[in-house]
Amino acid sequence: MKTIRNVVCPFCGSLCDDIEVEIEDNRVVKVRKGCAISATKFTKYNEERIYKPRIDGREVSLEEAINEAVEILANAKYPALYGWSCTSTEAINIGIEIAELVGGVMDNTASVCHGPTILGEQDAGISTCTLGQVKNRAELIIYWGCNPAHAHPRHMARYSAASRGRFVKGRKERTVIVVDVRKTHTAKTADIFIQIKPNSDFELLTALRWAVKNGELEQEEIAGIPAEKIEELADMLISCRFGALFFGLGLTMSAGKARNIEAAVNLVRELNNYTKFVMVPMRGHFNVTGANEVMAWATGFPFAVDFSRGYPFYNPGDTTFVDVLTRGDCDAALIVASDPVSGFPAEAIRNLAKIPVITLDPHETLTTMISKVVIPTAVVGIEAEGSAYRMDAVPLRLKKLVEPPPGILSDEEVLKLILKKLKERVK
Amino acid sequence: MELLIKNGYVYDPINKINGEKMDIAVKDGKIVESVSSDAKVIDATNMLVMPGGVDIHSHIAGSKVNSGRILRPEDHYKDVKPRTAITRAEVGHTVPSTYTIGYRYARLGYTTVIEAASPPLKTRHTHEELNDIPLIDKSCYLVLDNNWIVLDYLSQGEIDKCAAFIGWIFKALKGYAIKIVNPGGVELWGWGKNVESLDDQVPPFDTTPREIIRGLCKINKMLNLPHTIHLHTNNLGKPGNYRTTIETMDTVSDLADGKPNIHITHVQFCGYGGDSWITLRSGAPEIAKYVNNHNHVTIDLGQVVFGDATTMTGDGPFQFILQNLTGNKWKNADVEAEGSAGIVPYKYKRKNFVNAVQWTIGLELALLIKDPWRVFLTTDHPNAGTFMKYPRVITWLMSKVAREKVLNKINKRAKKRSTLPSIDREYTFYEIAIITRAATAKALNLANKGHLGVGADADIAIYNINPMEIDPSKEYKKVRRALKRAAYTIKGGEIIVKDGEIVKSFIGETFWVKPAIPEDLEKDMLREVSEKFKEYYTVSLENYIIGENELASSKPIAVKTNL
Amino acid sequence: MIKVILITGRSLNQGVSKELGKFSKEYMEKVAVCELDPEDLKVLGLSSGQNVKVKTKYGEVVVKATESTQAPHKGIAFIPYGPWASILMPSATESTGMPSLKGIDATIEPAKDEEILDPEKLIKMVVGREP
Repeated sequence: MKTIRNVVCPFCGSLCDDIEVEIEDNRVVKVRKGCAISATKFTKYNEERIYKPRIDGREVSLEEAINEAVEILANAKYPALYGWSCTSTEAINIGIEIAELVGGVMDNTASVCHGPTILGEQDAGISTCTLGQVKNRAELIIYWGCNPAHAHPRHMARYSAASRGRFVKGRKERTVIVVDVRKTHTAKTADIFIQIKPNSDFELLTALRWAVKNGELEQEEIAGIPAEKIEELADMLISCRFGALFFGLGLTMSAGKARNIEAAVNLVRELNNYTKFVMVPMRGHFNVTGANEVMAWATGFPFAVDFSRGYPFYNPGDTTFVDVLTRGDCDAALIVASDPVSGFPAEAIRNLAKIPVITLDPHETLTTMISKVVIPTAVVGIEAEGSAYRMDAVPLRLKKLVEPPPGILSDEEVLKLILKKLKERVK
Repeated sequence: MELLIKNGYVYDPINKINGEKMDIAVKDGKIVESVSSDAKVIDATNMLVMPGGVDIHSHIAGSKVNSGRILRPEDHYKDVKPRTAITRAEVGHTVPSTYTIGYRYARLGYTTVIEAASPPLKTRHTHEELNDIPLIDKSCYLVLDNNWIVLDYLSQGEIDKCAAFIGWIFKALKGYAIKIVNPGGVELWGWGKNVESLDDQVPPFDTTPREIIRGLCKINKMLNLPHTIHLHTNNLGKPGNYRTTIETMDTVSDLADGKPNIHITHVQFCGYGGDSWITLRSGAPEIAKYVNNHNHVTIDLGQVVFGDATTMTGDGPFQFILQNLTGNKWKNADVEAEGSAGIVPYKYKRKNFVNAVQWTIGLELALLIKDPWRVFLTTDHPNAGTFMKYPRVITWLMSKVAREKVLNKINKRAKKRSTLPSIDREYTFYEIAIITRAATAKALNLANKGHLGVGADADIAIYNINPMEIDPSKEYKKVRRALKRAAYTIKGGEIIVKDGEIVKSFIGETFWVKPAIPEDLEKDMLREVSEKFKEYYTVSLENYIIGENELASSKPIAVKTNL
Repeated sequence: MIKVILITGRSLNQGVSKELGKFSKEYMEKVAVCELDPEDLKVLGLSSGQNVKVKTKYGEVVVKATESTQAPHKGIAFIPYGPWASILMPSATESTGMPSLKGIDATIEPAKDEEILDPEKLIKMVVGREP
């Protein structure tokens, strides 16, 4: 039995890197320090596992499955390559080369998560920092439209509200504000809870910015919040020494979407005229940030990249996967490390089910259920190593703790095999 | 694999070859005395042959550059090239993709480029991008001057442990030189503040910018690192800042021992006279005077080129000021316990008074500083302009007429104030070879780069221009055209560019320094550093370290230290 | 029947059960749910654990109503990310790539005797054929 320390957890954007696992007989038998989700992932990763590649539901050899995948991609006029957020940066990089070679459209799960954050950033910029900067300096923290108690369980203790840094020694030295439509478990730990009316974040963010800049609001109530409360909040934001706004899908998915982010960016930008303020998006999957980074350095654009012209073209709303599917534009799909059938609207799923789908995943999912070709792969961060980027774009190295089941390769290795054969087929 | 480059006019300043007609022989990636008759012959008759370019300061890889790419999709649409059988698709203008960067440098005849500023915590990202830049050899400078552990040690006067820590960081993160960016100022930016002078305090650390610079200068000597400290000054971008620049250069003059011990980067941005944007004038004459009289300093220009740019520096507070000045979108990204980065899109306009003054400053510096071995050509890509404009900048240095053409188009008040119209000096091809390859390779102490002597790496640029017949002063357009598209670029003995087209692609080497630290000193230091890490950082020390296998092609350079 | 604003999102249970498998009993138990404010449950005349039918302009699905532990949020219903929530969502992204996965108008009515479809049946229903 051996103990491996400083293991990087491959679940959420917190990318905690202090996990300890005990390995016995090529299995993880114990996990320490991780949250409940982490502990489940590290010990139950063999549940609903796929052990053999399949074509149309029947088991085939890896070579057959790869050949079929190559044929599908080579023959498609406009294949879509999607997912990518739960695998290594190296694997995603191969995916980019494949997408470019076949002239398809490549998108990652950011488009249904913090894509709007990126869109807002592309319009207005962003003032951000790595998480340690918050831990060390932030005495005021806002959680807006996010619920770390459920989605990033160790975030508050490791990086934010309850973290211990050089200049701020713990929860007692911080003021925590939560803005949400429900009194979430995160809200229950806050000093101030602002229960905002659904779909009115844009108004409240704008009102706050006005109050920061001008002091007084003309309306009595905005977004369900009394004006005095908003003015009071604005004062708090201006007078703190270092403030941090953590925001999630409450902003990106509700009415306004990217405009909500723009409003938040402009509020934080204004605050920087008075004090120091930053904002950090609560990225969901453990390497969605890495997918954005590698796609950007290789193609210029962080998601929704169309290669049908032979060069990268970016037009969210047009080249984003949900839209591509809804229009029925793609005639084949390669899904890697993602389960869109579990999370996409019905019309998109219906169109996905009409075309040949190749899926790379260690586990049975609703997407493997409708796929023509299924290639099981290793669990990244447990059975395969690779690079991953945290929500604040800090890059870490996922470890390989145990061997994958016999015959199972990593996403990176399978994609390399697909790329090699495609290069022979496509010029 | 043998090559023979015949009959070219060779400029190899390190070996004092000034336009001599000679053959260059290449075997197995190196320059050799002679080759067999089996060698592939390149006919370089009437062509100009130089070592491959060595760019000492460019922003080509890492989180800051990528933030620029993500921030500016509008930058990419105008500049695209479909993939070919040999090349990946190319995209981007001021913030191009990694592949685009490699190909474009190669087409210009450049073969070695250094990423100018990598924050240690994100240096893994820098390497992942460097891994994806084809053809050129590359490295990165590590930003260390606002690093909490460094500041702790310097404040406490523990210079040996500080040196051990810095030496260890180079081994752990695989970088090349100590980069300093607005020392003290960027730490205060963690609170939204800045410094204004070399003697400002940097609370809670008991130190000042001056002490940080001197401390790191001493440590650089103790570690015997191949390049000097590489410094972006305090007060960058502020009218009147030329004084800070001279003061900065002067603050380490007593530590010098006959060789350069400080490199000030993109001096154009810190060469401003006047005291406001209205009274702005060039501070180049004063700086040039200092540089001419003190040989412990090297500089690079940061020359402005009119048109689109993307400003990106580790100078968080400066980028915030620029954001307020321009109203443009602004990305700020602090790095815990280490530093910051800021990105603001920008456009340099001829008719804009400030931009026009800025344009004159870089050129004045290059023309007034007498020793071409201590002034290097850069545009601080992409801050003052893209590296694609190097040929244009070269023509401004070689041709007074070319300069005048631009002077007649710029803001008239700026032209009137500038000393540029009165400067007649014109650079020769020999001097251009110095400031773009020989001097930079020398400043970096890269023994096998920047020259064509036997034993050098076979990194060669051949330009289709006859230096014996052409008058670069009058025919500067021909010079520019020839330098934009190399007739041949050879990398490690392989022909990678022919007539400006990429004909072969592969990954070059990432070189880095490996200083030898005494075991006991390192152990003591690491024990302390491990404790600090737990408090300061949000990653474990173990995961901070980058494995050599993470570099696609690693070339460590062992360094014997004076520790 | 009540009118609500529907939001979807992550929950600890959804995260944990996801790792046990999308076809596991736990996943269905934890994800095919609709968390309601206690007052809304009262209006519907239901107790926690009874089934409801949730309808939006885009689709309808039967899930288990539970009493929210993150109340008060009268007039807001929460369904964790997953196939049951997705049925109810629009595919229009308003040129952003992002479908509106939060803040959709919905109605909720008791469906005590209707069964919750397991993921396989759910997808069959969406896709219109055997997967």
